[in-house]
Amino acid sequence: MWLLNSSIGRKLIMSLSGIFLILFLLFHASMNVAAVFSEEAYNAICGFLGANWYAVAGTLVLAAGFMIHIVYAIWLTLQNRRARGRKRYAVNVRPKGVEWASQNMFVLGLIVLCFLGLHFTQFWYKMMFAELTGHHEVELGGAIVSAHDGAAFIRYYFSNIIVVALYLVWYAALWFHLTHGFWSALQTVGWNNTVWLKRWQVIANIFATLICAAFAFVTVFFYLESIL
Amino acid sequence: MDKNINITLKVWRQKGPKEKGAFETYKLNDVSQGSSFLEMLDVLNEQLIREGKEPVAFDHDCREGICGMCSLYINGHPHGPDSAVTTCQLHMRKFSDGATITVEPWRSAGFPVIRDLMVDRYAYDKIIQAGGFVSVNTGGVPDANAIPISKKDADLAMDAAACIGCGACAAACKNGSAMLFISAKVSQLALLPQGRTEASRRVKAMIAKMDELGFGNCTNTRSCEVECPKEVSISNIARLNREFIVAKLQD
Repeated sequence: MWLLNSSIGRKLIMSLSGIFLILFLLFHASMNVAAVFSEEAYNAICGFLGANWYAVAGTLVLAAGFMIHIVYAIWLTLQNRRARGRKRYAVNVRPKGVEWASQNMFVLGLIVLCFLGLHFTQFWYKMMFAELTGHHEVELGGAIVSAHDGAAFIRYYFSNIIVVALYLVWYAALWFHLTHGFWSALQTVGWNNTVWLKRWQVIANIFATLICAAFAFVTVFFYLESIL
Repeated sequence: MDKNINITLKVWRQKGPKEKGAFETYKLNDVSQGSSFLEMLDVLNEQLIREGKEPVAFDHDCREGICGMCSLYINGHPHGPDSAVTTCQLHMRKFSDGATITVEPWRSAGFPVIRDLMVDRYAYDKIIQAGGFVSVNTGGVPDANAIPISKKDADLAMDAAACIGCGACAAACKNGSAMLFISAKVSQLALLPQGRTEASRRVKAMIAKMDELGFGNCTNTRSCEVECPKEVSISNIARLNREFIVAKLQD
């Protein structure tokens, strides 16, 4: 199967799974912004995405997308290290025109993944997972809240400055990962040329900034609301 | 104004493919800044021979930037710190008095070291042999202008054909990927009607050979195009991806 045993095939899978995850991020960021304007609307989305069959199915597809992206990242990185050879250069310079993010995608991805673990224990585990195991109310900072009350979760976690700082670091790593990942995915699909290369890079920067700014805006908004 | 400079060279010395290598430091005085980098190495070798030591082995041939034989990873850059030149076109005026210059061979699993600064780049020839050609029946030579080709395509094909197969792309790549080389060799033919006939067979064969030889997977860092002495663009890699994916989907 050429998708598995050719380098371009493996890269194609990496690129398509990446684009899929980018689309998910777009959805997630839009959903979060809703919380700023109406907590009822946000909770309605949380309810909709609770332990319903379609939400669980969607989560499984999403998890598969993540797994494919991660497994392929590890596989490709190991292959690339082998291809580099055992001897390394004594002098290493990052040439002008090479983005820092492009050479550190694996590390950036690892950082994003670690914070994803934190995010899952804070939100998903107490929301969808709790509901799946039959608990409709969960304990959150001493209070008992509904597993659908996403706004309560946001208000609780984002009132803690350390959590807020950690999330902002997460968004920064994500920003770097996306600025390269976005245009790189399109290059791998082959949808690129000398003119579009510059355009995709600009679009990638704008897109990554919008998504990360939306996430950061919600985080900071709820922190400020908690202290004011 | 060019003047004479004193430099310190840190050169990778390795007796053979299986031997363990190490850096040796040499002092070289009164090097003309008007000389080329390879002429400077010639001077170093004369000095080493006079001292009864083994001269440094390095690849070179035409010394005018078209054969693709010279290599050398100089101060962290394939073909040295200058842009769009090969090592033989690099001049000592790019270095200042008292400079320490580190010279390493290409480092990539696809290019094993033969001796000192010489590496085995036969892998690139194998990839070309796998499909980087146009099959023709010999006979009467057709008129070159019989097939109309747009100026844009002709220019793009010519830009791709500028690749001299020196290996700087794979040497510069943190993934040890040879994609820029293969994309140039695929593009120069895929863009022209004469090359279209065998386009899908060619791209599949060349990528299969590249993977078989153990080159890495491209992650679009762009180091290759930045370091390429012929400034081959990574838009060729996009074309290669396109050609390959379309060819595989057609199967």
